[in-house]
Amino acid sequence: MFGLDDFPWLTAMIAVPVVAAVVIWLVKPLRRIARPLGLVVSLVVLGAAVVMATGFDLGAADQVQFSTTASWIAALGVSYDVGVNGLGLAMVLLAAFLVPVVLVAAWREVRAPESAPDDAVALVNRQAGFVALVLILLGLMVLVFAARDLFLFYLAFEAMLFPVYFLIGIFGGPQRRAASIKFLIYSLTGGLIMLAGLIVVFTQTWGDPQGMRLDNLTDVFAGNPTTQFWVFLTFFIAFAIKAPMVPVHTWLPDAAAQATPGTSTLLVGVLDKVGTFAMIGILLPLFPGASAQAAPVIMVLAVISIIYGGLLAIGQNDLMRMIAFTSVSHFGFIVLGIFAGTQTAMVGSMIYMLAHGVTTAALFLIAGFLIQRGHSADMRSYSGMQRVTPVLAGTFLFAGLSALALPGLSGFVPEYLVLLGSYEVHPAWGVAAVIGVVLSALYILMAYQRVFTGPVTGQVEGVAEPEGLPVRRTLPDLVVREKALLVPVGLAIVFLGVYPAPVLDLLSSVADSFAAILGSA
Amino acid sequence: MNTFVPPVVQWGALTPVLIVFGAAVVGVLLEAFLPLRVRRGVQTVLAIGALGASLVAVGWRWSVVQDSGASELVGGAVIEDLPALATQMVILLCSLVGVLVIADKAGGEEAFAARASAAPGSRYEAMTREKGLVQTEVFPLTLFAVVGMLVFPTSGTLLTLFIALEVLSLPLYLLTGLARRRRLLSQEAALKYFLLGAFATGFVLMGIALLYGYSGSLRLDELAAAVPATAGMDGLLLAGMAMLLVGLLFKIGAVPFHNWVPDVYQGAPTPVTGFMAAGTKIAAIMIMMRVVYVVVPGLAWDFGPMMWVIAIITMVVGTVLAIVQSDVKRMLAFSSVAHAGFLLLGIIALEATAIGSMLFYLLAYGLATVGAFALVTLVRERDVNGNVTGEALSLSQWSGLGRTNPWLAGSMALFLLSLAGIPLTGGFMGKFTVFAAAVQGGAWPLVVIAVLASAAAAYFYVRLIVAMFFTEPRIDAAGRGSTVVVRSEGMTVVAVAVAVIGTVYLGVLPGPVLDLLDSAAMFLL
Repeated sequence: MFGLDDFPWLTAMIAVPVVAAVVIWLVKPLRRIARPLGLVVSLVVLGAAVVMATGFDLGAADQVQFSTTASWIAALGVSYDVGVNGLGLAMVLLAAFLVPVVLVAAWREVRAPESAPDDAVALVNRQAGFVALVLILLGLMVLVFAARDLFLFYLAFEAMLFPVYFLIGIFGGPQRRAASIKFLIYSLTGGLIMLAGLIVVFTQTWGDPQGMRLDNLTDVFAGNPTTQFWVFLTFFIAFAIKAPMVPVHTWLPDAAAQATPGTSTLLVGVLDKVGTFAMIGILLPLFPGASAQAAPVIMVLAVISIIYGGLLAIGQNDLMRMIAFTSVSHFGFIVLGIFAGTQTAMVGSMIYMLAHGVTTAALFLIAGFLIQRGHSADMRSYSGMQRVTPVLAGTFLFAGLSALALPGLSGFVPEYLVLLGSYEVHPAWGVAAVIGVVLSALYILMAYQRVFTGPVTGQVEGVAEPEGLPVRRTLPDLVVREKALLVPVGLAIVFLGVYPAPVLDLLSSVADSFAAILGSA
Repeated sequence: MNTFVPPVVQWGALTPVLIVFGAAVVGVLLEAFLPLRVRRGVQTVLAIGALGASLVAVGWRWSVVQDSGASELVGGAVIEDLPALATQMVILLCSLVGVLVIADKAGGEEAFAARASAAPGSRYEAMTREKGLVQTEVFPLTLFAVVGMLVFPTSGTLLTLFIALEVLSLPLYLLTGLARRRRLLSQEAALKYFLLGAFATGFVLMGIALLYGYSGSLRLDELAAAVPATAGMDGLLLAGMAMLLVGLLFKIGAVPFHNWVPDVYQGAPTPVTGFMAAGTKIAAIMIMMRVVYVVVPGLAWDFGPMMWVIAIITMVVGTVLAIVQSDVKRMLAFSSVAHAGFLLLGIIALEATAIGSMLFYLLAYGLATVGAFALVTLVRERDVNGNVTGEALSLSQWSGLGRTNPWLAGSMALFLLSLAGIPLTGGFMGKFTVFAAAVQGGAWPLVVIAVLASAAAAYFYVRLIVAMFFTEPRIDAAGRGSTVVVRSEGMTVVAVAVAVIGTVYLGVLPGPVLDLLDSAAMFLL
């Protein structure tokens, strides 16, 4: 009997979107139906992820399941080795969940090139290109969360940059070129610094045809703490840039502000999680001693991220940049929980990664809807929008309340757990992080106040071009497509907030095993 | 008194070189006897056929050497071992691709001056063009250069090394001056290359003389044996070795001996640039490796610091200067300087594993370089009258090619990413293995610098990708694109396709090639 466990689910989820992307791009007639086709493919992947999840053995959630292993480059000890534990599964589900949402959100976001606004062929080509890039990104995201070989992980980690780079650089806003280059240089620098560490790890196991499998690298520098520390540092810098943490966060606001909202959603919602995911899945098992050694410093950086990110978010006028800075603050919480070394904080961080994924997706997408209508990301150009577009305003407030960790919504449980868990061991940092909670209330509610409350001003209503007289034009509220795609996101937010038990079941034993590494080292 | 014993010549083992050499000589004769209209076709077939046959011969020698072991040929003048054969294989592959580009009449005209002797701008020059003259001597010249490249890394004595160096260099000096357009620039580059090259050759010769004075032998193995045995003549040894290394560093374009690189790469006809950039670097790096690995281990304390400094400044200067270039060919030239720095890491490593890694790196680098320059030959300017003229070399002229010519821009992007060392390209695997060998050899500070230089280098590679994909095409007053992509006869397309497939293959499935090259991990002697 061909069981659920025998099917190479992960490999299929990696291969199907990538192959589909190539086909969509190469077979020209398909480009015209690229959007529905891409949506179907992404839904198939989501379906596969859900079916796979039903076959996941919760009792052994801290073990790697659905493994597929094959030798790839034996001379370098590289294998194709994929598999997920509870955390990996959660992240794969998050990625698979957000891609169809983003594809629907971007249905009309991709426009014809500025040089030829009426060129229908160019428009179709660009839409197909967008869909193809997002699908490739989906495959790579699954790969990076499932990779159980360090070299394979590195390849996916680096390869992911390029779809994002093109997504920002081709489809982004007016300053997209500068933003995409900044993104690429930051990420490549991080990746190349990590490459130096990867090479040192590689020389430890050179000759072993399976030397780069993570399972064979556990505490690889056990006898050599100095080397371990430096190699740890190379990996940490790469992950901190990706996460992003202060002081290497400056690429994110630019990238998020210039990218399309859909791209920003994937970038912040899923891709940046690779940084924190790898801190848990790679830094802790491979370099336990160095992780424990560096944990106090990293926690300081995390607290700085929480507060500094929050303060900067308050000061932004650009809605997208504001959301990006809130994420810097939230990533601070995640990193704080990872390195606190308690099981409570660790499980908090893991749930935080999921909750932040859906909340940020909602914020970026709704902000995107607003910007599409008002043609400006500047909060000062809006006022009183809750009377013009009430549904948009309501959904934004809902997502914002989740971001500020209102009980009952997704942000609350993880933030509470992280604070509790870090307070247990480092009361000072726990208390300092609470400031971040206060700041989050400020930046969300102030943004809401500036954009959605107040009098309905002339700017919103528009000015008639020929005479310069004000006209009574109102911006349309959310259309059915937009409402429809917010439903699953909103449900996920409520579900994580009201009934987090299944997620806790999935993640608590994983969190136990990883927190134990830091506790015992 | 010693009597002269004529060396035994193993003709069979020399076939790879002899085939190319014979074809080059035949090529010269064909120039004299064949009528003009068939010359080019015959020369093309001859050159490609000879290189292909030579590649087959190398494969045959490879299997022989694997069975019966490495050996000395011609009284020790030439070494036939697996590294030598592997190097020849890499050189022949890159030369084959390079010759395809050289032979192509992209856009209906050759890349070479109709008559090199015609003064630029003269009426004679105009006449040679009208008559449709062609300078088909480029084929035998190229083959002679390949002969030099093939012999260079197999040198067992300093004399062979010197002769191979000359055989490889002289045709290249000539080829550099043959560009069809921008002829003054081309001739200046040729003169510069020749003068500086002659200067470097002088260094090599003086170094050889000193080393002979030190050891009483021209053979590398006897020189190596003399290092620990001879006392009190360190001055001769160190000065001689330093001069020899200076000559070789000049050829690979390491800083501070790199000044010829940008001008020559820019001035030479672009197909020649690609061929030269790949072939010369492969040959020179591998003979340098042989000299260093065979002779220098006993001198590691004396030469280590010097090599470290040169590697560091080569990586840094190459990268920094590449960032400020606005000309595609000059940018690639400085990138090749930076690559010379990365390659020096494998030489400094002094690890047996480095030999296979270096060959892999050189193969990936060679394919990407030849491919990139091949694409440069296709991208042309259009003047105000709408006529297609020379190559469009300014970065800004490449704007929007991603939209107008997605295949060309995509291939170029792939080559640039490979040169930048991005995963899933051959360039990454090469860097990874070479850096790993360097870490193993204890040169990890160099690896850190190399990695940071790679990060900075990504900027200028990506800049061209940005121009191609993220900017609008440039339109002239008449509404036409001011940059045109000319049609190739097909050979350049084949060359680019081979380079693309090779780059992807080396990046995705490097296993078989790595295993093959790793078996070439021991120099005879």
